[in-house]
Amino acid sequence: MSRGLLRPLAGAGLALLALVYLVLLPVYFSHSPYILRVVSIASVLSVISLGVWLTFAIGRINIGQAAFALIGGYATAILSTRFGLSYWLCLPLSGILAALVGTVLGFGILRLRGVYFAMITLSLTEAVRLAFLNGGEFTGGASGIPIIPLPGELSLFGVVLMPSFQTVNTHLAFYYLAAALLIVTLAVVWRIGTSRLGWIFRSLQQNEDLATSIGIDIARYRVMAYAICCFFGGIGGSYFAVSQQSIYPNVFGVPDSIFFILYCFLGGLAYVAGPVVGTFILFIGFQILHPLQEYQQLIYAVLMIAIMLWLPNGLLSLRWHTRADRAELARLEGREARS
Amino acid sequence: MEQVIVNGAISGMNYALMALGLTLIFAIMGVLNFAHGQMYVLGGFVMYFVYTVLGLGHVAGFAASIVTLVIVGLIFERFFFRHALRMAAREESTMLLAAGTALLLESLILVAFGEKQRGMPPMVSGVYKLFGVYIPAGRAAVFLIALVAVVAFILFMQHTKPGRALRAIAQDKEVSALQGVNIERYSALGFALGAGLAGIAGALLVSLLAVNSGLGTSVSIKAFIMVMLGGAGVVSGAIIGAFILGFAEALGYAYIPGSTTYLLIFAALILFLVIRPQGIIGKPWG
Repeated sequence: MSRGLLRPLAGAGLALLALVYLVLLPVYFSHSPYILRVVSIASVLSVISLGVWLTFAIGRINIGQAAFALIGGYATAILSTRFGLSYWLCLPLSGILAALVGTVLGFGILRLRGVYFAMITLSLTEAVRLAFLNGGEFTGGASGIPIIPLPGELSLFGVVLMPSFQTVNTHLAFYYLAAALLIVTLAVVWRIGTSRLGWIFRSLQQNEDLATSIGIDIARYRVMAYAICCFFGGIGGSYFAVSQQSIYPNVFGVPDSIFFILYCFLGGLAYVAGPVVGTFILFIGFQILHPLQEYQQLIYAVLMIAIMLWLPNGLLSLRWHTRADRAELARLEGREARS
Repeated sequence: MEQVIVNGAISGMNYALMALGLTLIFAIMGVLNFAHGQMYVLGGFVMYFVYTVLGLGHVAGFAASIVTLVIVGLIFERFFFRHALRMAAREESTMLLAAGTALLLESLILVAFGEKQRGMPPMVSGVYKLFGVYIPAGRAAVFLIALVAVVAFILFMQHTKPGRALRAIAQDKEVSALQGVNIERYSALGFALGAGLAGIAGALLVSLLAVNSGLGTSVSIKAFIMVMLGGAGVVSGAIIGAFILGFAEALGYAYIPGSTTYLLIFAALILFLVIRPQGIIGKPWG
């Protein structure tokens, strides 16, 4: 296959994927709530993982994303049950609130690197969980906040933009909400990656000191990336709160934080689509393993270790080497050997 | 108040065993052993199994715990970490591998020992009263045994040849290799030793508190807190961190209701790390 064929082929593949994801799958399974739920949850988990991917892009290992998903979930819960706000307001507000918390914390903790940053974000996950557990009346303690209302109607100037989720096929509605969130998030992250901001983030990942020396305000951009990451975490958590219609402190915990990183890893950290690929494969795989009960976790662990040992750069880094690629590589190596 | 101090000291001594193991592994291999909490739980379960199910007494229980954990440590190092440390392009890969081993160990414990919570009677019965403070004999025994283990560890590291080798590797791996230290063998030793310490800690504490398969993560987090506080990779830092946590915990549980204690500990930790990221005695960025 020559290079010229590859791009239109990739485009066609993408179009086919979109067709399956947006039309074929939901229509075919519109009355199988389990399958719709699995794909919806995978979509939203991908959104949260894309946030983690962004912190990888500035060279940090963020094991704290579950904390911000929890913050987003509780924000939605409290805003909709105690203040009666429409979900369509709660959703962005939850993201913004999570981003604000991330900004405040980020200024302090982003100066840490490597293992230290990992350890402190891990502690953050537990700390946030404990905070909500001990929030008393406001956060509902161990049982959390139940009976969160379904998203209502969204209308602007009398035009109904979004019907109330109670009046339509609820599972289908949530499916499309999840899909919309994923597509928008992917577009945003991809756009960041190809913009000047992405270029700055990459320079942070490569060498922070060097970046400072050419005039980049690393503190500000680090926090910016982290805040965006937390925003996506918050949005994801908000979705879970409204789709499960409840939230409690154990919804997002340390294992979830670790899973988000794993999803990014499986797909490949160099690619924007990496977290999405990783999430879908692993989450759906986990569901398939469900009948195995107590061995489920064991097999998952073995899988995780196998991935880390043999595929440390992720699935998307596996390339289908065409003959032309191999010849090119050989030529380059020969040239290097001679010089 | 005196009771709080005593409780804190006892907890601190036991936590010191855990923190030492974790910090040793980090110092030697640069890997944060996520599975440390699960190793502790395994130590507890083995002790329970040998003492209660097989009825072989405490000494056999300790021996079995140590041996089991040493074997686990050797297997992990040889088959998982040695390969990953050599091949990994990023340090996150080894970290995730460590998280994977934690999950693996937890699943194996679940399959082998079930999900029920297990407990044991204290090793020695009776209560002592010292300076107006109540010290259950079982807790005193735990304190003494932990103290002996910590002292033995420190003596081992300071005065024996393998101990010197381990310290050399922790200081500078490349130069140690140049001096002829067999890095592979001592990495295995270091990991096994760290795992063994976790096992002893678990075996000791199962006689005081119950152990269940889900305890691993919270124990790991406690170990991380201690290491973060004291400074990763430094033995004295680990001990200091352990005692600070022990006392903070004892204080908290005595005067503050519920799980707010740990919330405050976390908040204080985050603030502390913002001001001094390398811990009390740590080297910057390890």
